[in-house]
Amino acid sequence: MRKVAIVGVGMTKFGEEWSRGYRDMLIEAGSRALADCNLHGEEIDAIYVGTMAPGSLVGQEHTGALVADFMGLTPVPATRVEAACASGGAALRTGYLAVASGAHDCVVVGGVEKMTDTPGNEVASALGGAGDQEWELFMGASFPAIYALMARRHMLEHGTTEEQMAQVAVKNHSNASKNKFAHFQNEITIETVMKSKYISSPLKLFDCSPITDGAAAVVLMPLEKAKRYSQMPIEILASAQASDALALHSRESLTSLRATQVAAKKAYEMAGLKPADIDVAEVHDCFTIAEIMAIEDLGFFEKGKGGKAVEEGKTAIGGEIAVNTSGGLKGCGHPVGATGVKQAVEVVWQLRGQAEGRQVNGAKIGLTHNVGGSGATAVVHIMKRAD
Amino acid sequence: MASENLAITWRRIPERYRLLGSRCENCKSNYFPARKFCPKCRRKGKISQRQFSGKGRIYSFTEVSAGPAGFELETPYILAIVELEEGPRLTAQIVGARPSEISIGEEVEAVFRKIMEDSPEGLIHYGYKFRLAKRGQASF
Repeated sequence: MRKVAIVGVGMTKFGEEWSRGYRDMLIEAGSRALADCNLHGEEIDAIYVGTMAPGSLVGQEHTGALVADFMGLTPVPATRVEAACASGGAALRTGYLAVASGAHDCVVVGGVEKMTDTPGNEVASALGGAGDQEWELFMGASFPAIYALMARRHMLEHGTTEEQMAQVAVKNHSNASKNKFAHFQNEITIETVMKSKYISSPLKLFDCSPITDGAAAVVLMPLEKAKRYSQMPIEILASAQASDALALHSRESLTSLRATQVAAKKAYEMAGLKPADIDVAEVHDCFTIAEIMAIEDLGFFEKGKGGKAVEEGKTAIGGEIAVNTSGGLKGCGHPVGATGVKQAVEVVWQLRGQAEGRQVNGAKIGLTHNVGGSGATAVVHIMKRAD
Repeated sequence: MASENLAITWRRIPERYRLLGSRCENCKSNYFPARKFCPKCRRKGKISQRQFSGKGRIYSFTEVSAGPAGFELETPYILAIVELEEGPRLTAQIVGARPSEISIGEEVEAVFRKIMEDSPEGLIHYGYKFRLAKRGQASF
């Protein structure tokens, strides 16, 4: 296997982007990533697009070819990768494997979702398909409901409180307010979260990531070639993925994601690193409880201590480990297929020292953690500066 | 939700109407919904049909205030993961109780109910919901 580096990154502003459609956003993110490493297009060997539900949301399938077409890159092979909310992470891993194996030398990985063209309850149904359609969604299990079932158990088993979950939202909004690409540009207080209405108890509106439009893209190359295109290539030290039961009720534990634990363990082994070596992490906080579970399952904190760690500011910028400096899914927004790629974009900016007002001083090692559904897929990547 | 056509509904009748699941005779694990393959034993597994009693306990629950498409009329509703006395867990609504009456560990029993309808003139889908056991006898 060859060493692989990210040489170029780009993303659109995340938000309710009514003036731009699915293809517009993907192309904007893609052209920014190409410009970032001064590529013209003829160097590109393959494209992978992470996207979850364009068929349900905008009536468009076959979006690999769509992007090759509108980027002017035909006949470059282009493939859509789907793993629900982990589509972006899975696309990045697919691109990584293509370069590492030697099959391709220059790969563009994009992630995109266009969500605000569709009424809210239809979006909820489309996202519900990330769980088990016949045995969860059919019974009325929306995604907030599924994570609420986890939150209730986490509160019972570990004493996690609604205030601790609210602190995740407060931190991530604060980080988002320093990120010009984020959906939300405002800080919030714990009262804002605690007074917001229940969507699915104990989760309130401000515990949930928003419905967002957006796209992100990265360019991958073998490390030995990367320095020709980037002064600060970021090496992907590890790429790991794991699966679990599709339905939450079929899993042994509701308070940890085994797929995350397994993928993280593999990734740490592959990179020769341990959780304490990570300086900056983008984790999958589709709901506030998900961030608390993620920082435990990734080994940053002991199981059951995640809520307390957030409360004590250990995951803030300047804390023990900076988590979700982009604002995470909660603050930066969650255009599902784009999220896993956006996480890589943020970590690259952090490792290059380009994260502006939210820069983590001296960040050397970064991690991304992208979850599909309620934990049936988890993808973990670890990266470091290679210059 | 994605509309379920007649064939999908018909195929699921044994499970959704009668709580018929499966059992692996090799490792004695019970599964609901039914599985054709035991995840623990895989090729060594020996799957047979298993009727579940419909009795169980609430393992986790939530009151859903914003449901997916198709559930507008019954929102808010209580959704739970129920652990059946035979072992497997499933996701179902809890009916006939206020959220304040629900707690983890509470005994429940399955009842046959309408789940949702595709549209005013569309298919009506039926299946299991659960009620607090202290409210009456199991009807499965």
